[in-house]
Amino acid sequence: MNADQSVRAAMLQAVPSLRAFAISLSGNVDRADDLVQETLARALAHIDSFQPGTNMQAWLFTILRNLFRSEYRKRRREVEDVDGRFADGLQSQPDQHAKLEFADFRAALAQLPPDQREALILVGAAGFSYEEVAKICGCAIGTVKSRVNRARNRLAETLSYQPVEGGGTGSETEHDPNSRVRSTGSG
Amino acid sequence: MKRKAGKSEMPTISGSSAKPAKSAGRLDRNVQAKIGQQLRAVYEEVVKEGVPDRFAEFLRRLEKRDPEPEQ
Repeated sequence: MNADQSVRAAMLQAVPSLRAFAISLSGNVDRADDLVQETLARALAHIDSFQPGTNMQAWLFTILRNLFRSEYRKRRREVEDVDGRFADGLQSQPDQHAKLEFADFRAALAQLPPDQREALILVGAAGFSYEEVAKICGCAIGTVKSRVNRARNRLAETLSYQPVEGGGTGSETEHDPNSRVRSTGSG
Repeated sequence: MKRKAGKSEMPTISGSSAKPAKSAGRLDRNVQAKIGQQLRAVYEEVVKEGVPDRFAEFLRRLEKRDPEPEQ
């Protein structure tokens, strides 16, 4: 199946952002690049399901995010503390231009629950609207907002930017069917 | 008594009961800005690397693959 030139150009154009997102999800450059490549392969294989005129970048982000999610769930079953491993991966990243001033921030970001981390990155760094992020993550707009808020609060707390009164990050008040992993699924 | 005309009602998002935002969850504007700035900096660092060769090559390879080669 041959995608036309403009489609491939749009895909290439999205690669830098896809990588940035993938690295922030996986905490590992090599894994992130594999994830991006798999995303492109999938996108080309399913190019018919892309609606011309809609946001190609958002579509690709959705594919990448879902790929990561399925992989993450797999790994979670294998390894208990995937977040711990994530944090290790981030900190030992041989990234020569990783500035020291961001080391604390990266570490704090790595400690966020995946739901909150992805929402914060998509809204705060990738520049998607709440509505687009809701589509990418398959949840309600209100859920996105609450995740972003909690992510910010938790970062502020971890980085001691501002004491959070009332321990606001401790309680999970949102209704989020997605965060509940179907642990009883067969296969 | 004045009424604000034309203020349409916001559609409610299904599943979320209208809860007032927790005041404890409000962050100082400067703190928000600081977080946003670092977030973008970390993200942009990767974006600035551009497109590594492997991706351009990967797409080219897929493109060159003839859909139906002569047997």
